[in-house]
Amino acid sequence: MTATETTPSAPAAARTPLMTLAGVSQVFDTKAGPIRAVDHANLSINPGEVLCLVGESGSGKTTAARMAAGLAKPSGGQVAFAGTDIWSMNRRDFSTFRRSVQYVHQDPYASLNPTRTIQQTLTAPLLKHGVVKGARAAAERAAELLTKVDLTPPENYLPKYPHQLSGGQRQRVAVARALTLDPKIIIADESTSMLDVSIRISVLAMLGRLRDELGVGFLFITHDLAIAKYFGWNGKTAVMYLGRIVEFGPTPDIINAPTHPYTRALIDAIPEPDPDLTKTKGTGSLRSLEIPSLAHLPPGCTFHPRCPLFEGGLCDLTVPELVEIRPGQSAACHVVARDGAEPVRPDEPAR
Amino acid sequence: MVTSMPAGSSSTARAVRGGQGKPLLSIRDFKVEYRTGAGSTVQAVRGVDLDLYPGESLALVGESGCGKTTFGLGLLRLLPRLGHASGKVIFNRSDGTEIDVLGLDGRDLRQFRWRDAAMVFQGAMNAFNPVLKIRAHMHDTMRAHGRASRQEIENRAAELLRLVRLEPERVLDCYPHELSGGMRQRVLIAMSLLLEPEVLILDEPTTALDILTQRSVVDVLHEVRERLGFSMIFISHDLSLAAELADRVATMYAGRIVETGGVRDLFYRPRHPYTLGLIKAVPPIVGDLPDLESIPGGPPSLAALPPGCTFNPRCKYATEECKETDPPLFPVTDQQGSGHEVACIHWKDVHLDRQVRSEDMGTAS
Repeated sequence: MTATETTPSAPAAARTPLMTLAGVSQVFDTKAGPIRAVDHANLSINPGEVLCLVGESGSGKTTAARMAAGLAKPSGGQVAFAGTDIWSMNRRDFSTFRRSVQYVHQDPYASLNPTRTIQQTLTAPLLKHGVVKGARAAAERAAELLTKVDLTPPENYLPKYPHQLSGGQRQRVAVARALTLDPKIIIADESTSMLDVSIRISVLAMLGRLRDELGVGFLFITHDLAIAKYFGWNGKTAVMYLGRIVEFGPTPDIINAPTHPYTRALIDAIPEPDPDLTKTKGTGSLRSLEIPSLAHLPPGCTFHPRCPLFEGGLCDLTVPELVEIRPGQSAACHVVARDGAEPVRPDEPAR
Repeated sequence: MVTSMPAGSSSTARAVRGGQGKPLLSIRDFKVEYRTGAGSTVQAVRGVDLDLYPGESLALVGESGCGKTTFGLGLLRLLPRLGHASGKVIFNRSDGTEIDVLGLDGRDLRQFRWRDAAMVFQGAMNAFNPVLKIRAHMHDTMRAHGRASRQEIENRAAELLRLVRLEPERVLDCYPHELSGGMRQRVLIAMSLLLEPEVLILDEPTTALDILTQRSVVDVLHEVRERLGFSMIFISHDLSLAAELADRVATMYAGRIVETGGVRDLFYRPRHPYTLGLIKAVPPIVGDLPDLESIPGGPPSLAALPPGCTFNPRCKYATEECKETDPPLFPVTDQQGSGHEVACIHWKDVHLDRQVRSEDMGTAS
């Protein structure tokens, strides 16, 4: 596999990452007992890079993102920004951190204040954080930001209220708002999943441009591997299952040569926009379709009740660690770690 | 244990259709208007002609706001009070009787719904009564539409639940909130089949479900259709799902069907710029990074449609002529007898320059 050498982000790995999540866990106490929403996750993000976090609902994607954004304090492990633990920062550093990491939510119908015009929405953070001086400068900056997210001419949008805009336009405003404070990292939590197909691609293209032109890093959360592939092709992808990262590697490898049985099942299950091709897909050999409850996780590897590679006495005893299967690509699976990844399916071009 | 469906599982259904015979559902000049204020109306469906043949699976695709759901609701006469459907919808029962759906009322309408045609709604949670157990839903439905003994209902419900790969003993005594999203959707499919309808209308059946859950619902649909042989119209904005489930696809834009044809014709040889745009906007999962393109702008407001072809402001093939005439559906003449029709005066210039991955099996699909 040569993908790691050709990935543009490879040289950046030598530097200390701007943001790291080191062994972070989040445990929620509920009546049903403690729930491990995220369990020992390791992630790092750099400016200009994309890290995709994919998984089904309940896999802990959003909880991980909230910890990365400093919106939730991890129950274990450390979230570090520029080398410092964010929860031991002083007020000023923490404020700098919060400015540098911005969040774009899923639902642009809920994330914008309906009683504020777009201009008010965009100028409030500018004035509050003293990025610009005076209302006029703020308005100019707001117009500039709208141009950056392709809402042109900005005069048409500044006086409008969110209800006067379409879903795609609102999501662009939400991105413009995230850009007000010159962030280093944007956390995009299912930011395009509520948009129509045709609009989704243009919003993703706009985000890609921001990444390249402004050097913003992205923690890109999605349940849709096709979207992760499109947006994160030059970056890395982490696949989460029930709170754990089960596979991690360069996006092209994860998509075209997945090693973990869960990633394989996901990719096999996605219908293709191609009638002949899609008929070759299916759930394959998954042993069960029901996702176990986080409150009653199966022992050992949490995927074992569904896993086609399950081996009694191995998978149901200990939790597998993430180990490197191929250069740059690691998976948490006892069987794959022992036997190596199965060969790439013959219908896929070898890379 | 989950088994995957063999490839080409719907071939039997396709053979039944063949484009001949009497259509099960024949829709002519179907329109739906919503009253929006004193004396003003908005046309959400603007004259749809469509035939659904027995055993056929038809996908209705398009962006949100194109009138897909309104069309489905209109067919089953489920429109809200301010909506009004007109035109002609003829349903040919398998016993030979012909039903004028828009003329039905009272008892006949109740008979038609669920017994002849049933609908599976998008939000599986909202389709259930949260304070009733699944068993009660099954009994209510059966009793409201016919005479059946308790035991008959129990048996029928259990049979259908097993068909959608659920354990009846476990599911029947559950309240809707105790089931997962995928389970609820499958219960809903089972319920819709209680009275053996000949047509099933599914509105975004897998939207908001996780990938593996979506796959299980899709596999269940393939399987029950194979087993029970009903026809279905399913409404989806997800083109991949249409490619997966449909024999025939109709693209809807601003309340009209702008292109219709066999699933392979539409995906490999789309001739309407809108269909082409939709296909180009969907990222495939296998292979290298594709070139994707978005369609500029959004669907027009139904209250202020652009003159001429409603797609012309977003279309890169548009000429002056397009602003003057709203073209009807033309047959695509270089594929005789395929049933491929397109409402675009420039259809001859529209080509999808994408590789067809496997050998072309002709236009028989």
